[in-house]
Amino acid sequence: MSHDPSAAGARPDATALPASAAPILRVEHLSMRFGGLVAVNDLSFSAKHGDITALIGPNGAGKTTVFNCITGFYKPTEGRIALQFGDASVWDELGPLTERGTRSARRGHGSLFLLERMPDFQVTQQARVARTFQNIRLFQGMTVLENLLVAQHNALMRASGFTVLGALGLPSYARAERAAIDKARYWLEKTGLIGRADDPAGDLPYGAQRRLEIARAMCTEPVLLCLDEPAAGLNPHESAELGAYLHAIRDEQACAILLIEHDMSVVMEISDHIVVLDHGQRIAAGTPDEIRNDAKVIAAYLGVEEDEVADGALADLPGALP
Amino acid sequence: MEAPHSAVRVDLGRAVREAALAGLIAFGILLPLIGFNTVQNIRNELVLETRWPLLAALVAIVAAGRFLHELVIIPWLARRAMRPRAEHAPPAWRAALARWAPPFALGFAIVYPPLALWLAGFQGAAKWIDNFGVQILIYVMLGWGLNIVVGLAGLLDLGYVAFYAVGAYSYALLAKTFGLSFWLLLPLAGSLAAFWGILLGFPVLRLRGDYLAIVTLAFGEIIRLILINWVPVTNGYAGISGVPRPTFFGIPFNADENGFAARFGLEFSPIYRTIFLYYVILALAFLTAAVTVRLRRLPIGRAWEALREDEIACRSLGINTTSTKLTAFAMGAMFAGFAGSFFAARQGFISPESFTFMESAVIVAMVVLGGMGSLIGVATAAVIMIGGTEIMRELDFLKHVFGKDFDPTQYRMLLFGFAMVLIMIWKPRGLISTREPSAFLERRKTVAAEFVREGRG
Repeated sequence: MSHDPSAAGARPDATALPASAAPILRVEHLSMRFGGLVAVNDLSFSAKHGDITALIGPNGAGKTTVFNCITGFYKPTEGRIALQFGDASVWDELGPLTERGTRSARRGHGSLFLLERMPDFQVTQQARVARTFQNIRLFQGMTVLENLLVAQHNALMRASGFTVLGALGLPSYARAERAAIDKARYWLEKTGLIGRADDPAGDLPYGAQRRLEIARAMCTEPVLLCLDEPAAGLNPHESAELGAYLHAIRDEQACAILLIEHDMSVVMEISDHIVVLDHGQRIAAGTPDEIRNDAKVIAAYLGVEEDEVADGALADLPGALP
Repeated sequence: MEAPHSAVRVDLGRAVREAALAGLIAFGILLPLIGFNTVQNIRNELVLETRWPLLAALVAIVAAGRFLHELVIIPWLARRAMRPRAEHAPPAWRAALARWAPPFALGFAIVYPPLALWLAGFQGAAKWIDNFGVQILIYVMLGWGLNIVVGLAGLLDLGYVAFYAVGAYSYALLAKTFGLSFWLLLPLAGSLAAFWGILLGFPVLRLRGDYLAIVTLAFGEIIRLILINWVPVTNGYAGISGVPRPTFFGIPFNADENGFAARFGLEFSPIYRTIFLYYVILALAFLTAAVTVRLRRLPIGRAWEALREDEIACRSLGINTTSTKLTAFAMGAMFAGFAGSFFAARQGFISPESFTFMESAVIVAMVVLGGMGSLIGVATAAVIMIGGTEIMRELDFLKHVFGKDFDPTQYRMLLFGFAMVLIMIWKPRGLISTREPSAFLERRKTVAAEFVREGRG
């Protein structure tokens, strides 16, 4: 693992961010209805810069729906989803931006986006939110390296002059492609996949595919990485590795992480902040310790009366909760 | 009776039983279909005819086929299944073939006209260069153009011939009306076809899979119906004749003293134009291949293939899938437009007849049989399918076997379907189904077919 910030994958511009206080993401009064079904109901929470925020809750609580709203795959029925990076003072623009009806605002080096107004690909391209999927979505017929190059599509498109200059074989594009391969190499080394760079992604074992999907998301240079059940299907050893990997991303890349996870040991171990959902509503939010002892959370998970559950029982539960 | 190894040991009794059963079933099915025939006699009456010899022959063929299948093929398959599987490493000849086939094919394509002249003489060579050379190369080019849309981007386009028609009519109308030259109209026809590709693309690209296929098919028919019914412009069914022929950079191919032959001190012969056309389409096809190879290594080409693999993942990586699909559509349409304007210039006459759904189906079949995404596979399929059709015209000796009325080309579709069924059994993903990665870190390894997706539009 490289700690050198000048390495291909680390971003010097992101290291200056304040590691505390300012939120990167604010979800306010988010509701999502599918016909008569209310999947998310008036949900508000925020995620801070440099934090790992976990979104947990029983099955069907609406976690993935929230993810799909944040990443633009769903248009929420109501509510506002604001994301900021760079200069934190740009948060002051939130009111005017909402009034104006446009998608983004800038102030100095700060950028503010209203994600619910943006189509899915722009959420990644401009607001720099990357995501992974519950059921892994790699480009199986392409090699591991190609997967990481596709993730750098927008940067490479610009470098290739939207294909025209690249097709003419200009050296500037060749340089950009070498840089893209270097960045891919950086992530392959970090994920321990360097030896399999030229194999088809579909040929990797399950755990490696999960790591590759995260690496691929990181190649889009996100400020917020959304992981949908990254530990699903991993064995305890792999889960522990994943935790270390996510901490490394948070600390070295200055990238905030929002994750959905069922594996409580992973959640309690790696999260800085936890939001608990049940039936589309927020029932608790706080640090792992607070959540562990929250009566409502215990009741929601176990479906029993509060006093039947001993303090801290949740922490002792086996890996995957229902 | 059913010993565990009976599959390998030849079981004569069982084979006879199976053959008898198959013969019985064939008899039952074919009795009403073949055994009886109704014909009209001179007084317009329906008369029942029997065809026992034919029926007996067909039943015998079925029974014999089943007998041989039981006796020879099944034991052979069983033996093969029991043999230890050879390890993954492909044989050396295959690697050599992959390495040397493309340059060899290109070299052969370049020396083909002189070779044909040398072997068949001035009179005979025209047929070989035109019917086989030019005709096949047009389809190779169309196949490679459609390969961008279907093979790389995974968008099933059943109306590809529409863009071919746009190119052909653009050239024919503009050349006749304004007298513009072939070399000026070639890019223009390509741009017009690309424009129509984008125009079609905008509304339909939110459709996927089967729905996209149906709508593109309808678009192909719409274009054809417009060509038929917009008589003042397109002259309807009658088509456009007298389309200006291409010149050798301004020098016409005619018997005048300013003509090509006279200028270069040669005896006049129509073969010069044919040879010139051959090299034009060869260059155009080569351009299509070169652009495809080049684009595959650029971000746009990778995005096309990623789109074929997983569209949702593409969007999650910030790829604008709409514009990516549109560029694939436009690029494919542009090459069809080139081919179309070449076709119009070569024929000198075009009509809606040349742009039926059948043409689209043939081109799609070439891409699918060749192996989606593989240039060599698609070209091979084009050579086999178009060359095969042309060869059937040459099989005059069959008339001596089957009688004077026998026309081998009538059986083209039958053989076509048969070949397709065979390939789908043995090579379900086309002749060349592996994928060459567009970039590598240490070593370029081909991606096995089972990982590559076909795309769902």
